[in-house]
Amino acid sequence: MLDVQDLTVKFPSRHGEFTAVQDVSLRVAPGEIHGLVGESGAGKSTIGAAVIGLLQPPGYVANGRLVLGDTDLRSLTPDAAHAIRGARISMIFQDPQTSLNPLMTIEDQLIETMQAHEDITTSAARARAIELLEEIGIRNAADRITAYPHQFSGGMRQRVVIALALCTNPELIIADEPTTALDVAVQSKVLDLIRELADNRKIAFILITHDIGVIKQITDQVTVLRGGRVMEAGPTPQVLDSPQHPYTQALLASVPRLDRKLDRFLVPSEVEEAAPPLVAGVDAEKWLLAGDTTNPVDLEVKDITVKFAGQRTSLFRRAESFTALNSVSMQVAEGTVMGLVGESGSGKSTLAKVITGLVQPSNGTMTLDGAPLPPARQRGRQDAARRTIQMIFQDPYSSLNARHRIGAVLGEPLWLYGLEDDAAKRRALCAAMLEMVGMEPDAIDKYPHQFSGGQRQRIAVARALLARPRFLICDEPTSALDVSIQAQILNLLKDLQDRFGLTMLFVSHNLAVVRQMSDRVTVLQRGEVVETSESEAFFTAPAAPYSRELLSLTPTL
Amino acid sequence: MFARIWHSDAFWMFRRSPAAIVAALCAALILCGAIFAPWIAQSNPYDLSSFSLMDGFLPPAWEDGGSSRFWLGTDDQGRDMISSILYGARLSMLIGIVAMIIATVLGVGLGLAAGYYGGRFDAIVMRIADVQLALPAILTALLIDGIARGVLPSSMLENLRVVVLTIAIALSLWVNFARTARASVFVEKNKEYVQAAMIMGQRPFRVMMWHILPNIMGPLLVIMTVDLASAILLEATLSFLGIGLPADSPSLGTLIRIGMGFLLSGEWWILWVPTLFLVILVVSINILGDFLRDAFNPRLH
Repeated sequence: MLDVQDLTVKFPSRHGEFTAVQDVSLRVAPGEIHGLVGESGAGKSTIGAAVIGLLQPPGYVANGRLVLGDTDLRSLTPDAAHAIRGARISMIFQDPQTSLNPLMTIEDQLIETMQAHEDITTSAARARAIELLEEIGIRNAADRITAYPHQFSGGMRQRVVIALALCTNPELIIADEPTTALDVAVQSKVLDLIRELADNRKIAFILITHDIGVIKQITDQVTVLRGGRVMEAGPTPQVLDSPQHPYTQALLASVPRLDRKLDRFLVPSEVEEAAPPLVAGVDAEKWLLAGDTTNPVDLEVKDITVKFAGQRTSLFRRAESFTALNSVSMQVAEGTVMGLVGESGSGKSTLAKVITGLVQPSNGTMTLDGAPLPPARQRGRQDAARRTIQMIFQDPYSSLNARHRIGAVLGEPLWLYGLEDDAAKRRALCAAMLEMVGMEPDAIDKYPHQFSGGQRQRIAVARALLARPRFLICDEPTSALDVSIQAQILNLLKDLQDRFGLTMLFVSHNLAVVRQMSDRVTVLQRGEVVETSESEAFFTAPAAPYSRELLSLTPTL
Repeated sequence: MFARIWHSDAFWMFRRSPAAIVAALCAALILCGAIFAPWIAQSNPYDLSSFSLMDGFLPPAWEDGGSSRFWLGTDDQGRDMISSILYGARLSMLIGIVAMIIATVLGVGLGLAAGYYGGRFDAIVMRIADVQLALPAILTALLIDGIARGVLPSSMLENLRVVVLTIAIALSLWVNFARTARASVFVEKNKEYVQAAMIMGQRPFRVMMWHILPNIMGPLLVIMTVDLASAILLEATLSFLGIGLPADSPSLGTLIRIGMGFLLSGEWWILWVPTLFLVILVVSINILGDFLRDAFNPRLH
């Protein structure tokens, strides 16, 4: 039904023309879900945009055939293309927060879309809208249809976005990362809905995702892309079970497995972006071994409660507070890795911030290495814990100051904690540390924007190590990275843990990643501890019902 | 350093924008003219011996009766218009730039601290800013002028007119900087590099100046340019109304005020020449400001 032949998309820029997509061909039949998978820069979204005719200018289709049914999409006038968009091809975007107009009710948005494409009375459109919302699983649709987008939860909002895409009875829906912004439980329901719509209404879907688990769960056909070219294509079970192309094999090997723990990820040389660490950086390793880093500490948090001030409802009344953490206790033994898991809003990051001293708990005590660890406001600038506890952040694009050279970023802990007073020695040590985390030492004079996400995360690890930490907190350290890069960073963290025996708190929403990294696991739900157990026991036989649910909903390979 | 600027996206956009190039040329030309006025101008309007009453009311060179010595004509005292304007622009731009710098330091400092600490300090600073915004610049100038008159002996006062005027202008402009800096800090404060610095236990002053400030310079540079134009205009307005500088130290505003007297008596150039000059200067700076705003907006790339 949709037939794409030799599609090539180019983006002219001041540095010459950039080919985003080259000679891509794919066919999608009615009722079929066709997955486009690849890492960032693979051209997945560009293909979707080219099909629906919404390429970001100055991008243009340089070559190829785009045929939907019997309509040649490339030869359409702008008006005809506009009429087809919405009526025959719809789109579901990644973030339901931004793809609905916050100032219009759901009803108005649905009716407006229908009336834009066909001659239908408002009451008939409303009736169809209600029917549609019921069909995609919104209960009491007749009442809820007058609500505004913010009155729905994230998952419900994504259902409304799907209803909006469906309301004109399109033949093809392009779903661009439709579940990336959602928690696993919601993701699984939205994916089920998409499968149902494909089966019952015979709608063709193009599902764009970076998550191979999602591909495995619902697609019929899959096209693996890299750098704008097709690496491999075929029926999903065939491609995933017996991948032919080395890139597909590498990609699959670097996906963390939920069902078993690996010592190291295989990162074939093809996707490796920097030399593997191990040999280089001997000086940095010696320096770390000379300090107290190899003497790890244990951490205990007890009855930590965090309340955030809410919205003030009256001038004369105190604002209602929101409880982010409710009496959370946790013990991390020295030299072990504790995995902290939970859905968004469960308080994982808040707990990490309490330990680092960014958030003031309203109640509870902490001990580090047997000594009391003062909470945020009581922890002085000179407190030893400022150095011994270090953190690696989620987003390597914002965790390094864009205006400072790498040398300045790395030298900061050395200078601040008085670990090395001599500027020349500081510089040498920073260079050695860069080598140890697998970077070229000449990176020291560059700026963060000159590096990729994975390289920046290595720099962030180097910065944390240069404080000679004894307790390392990793807050979703790989969730902003592609899987092959994620595998490298996880390997690096594992190596460091093996060599220096660091105590780590590993925060992640991705259970498969946590399985690879942690010795013990703590599960948080809405600010409370649901379960704490040994990692192997947790993943083979979880005790709490909530843990079982989480595990069963996570897409697996 | 030079290569980095030359290859940056902003400079690349600049090279392709004729309006920005023309504006930059005009502004640079006027700035150079103002700085080097004592060497360029043929006569010094402050020096009575350098001009002659005999040359008074000469029209521009292309008009009947014009003299090629005074290309844009002379005023009633026989002063060369070009020389007066160059000296006037010198004073105007000096006041404008100094006022803009004071406003930047004051506003950015308060805005940074307000955004960083938040809470009560933020509320107090921003309410003061709101009050400041409610006072027209003329009132602020009158107020400071009045205080200066009360406190300082009158012999000192005459010498301090420029300082009073500069402070009055700075006070009416700092709010822009404070508000922009505060809003930008709110965004930057939650980024992870700032949190990393806080976790390390760095001093708040260092976090603000070393980590946050360089990252919010983009919008501040834009405001600095736009506010430089406002400062020059404010100075002209205040001088025109007679609150600013006395007639014997001619800034552009004073020149326009003097020219007003000849509007209906046929000597149009005494008014129009400095007015056009002021318009060209302010429009150039504003076009540059607009260009910078676009150049620093990543969404427009």
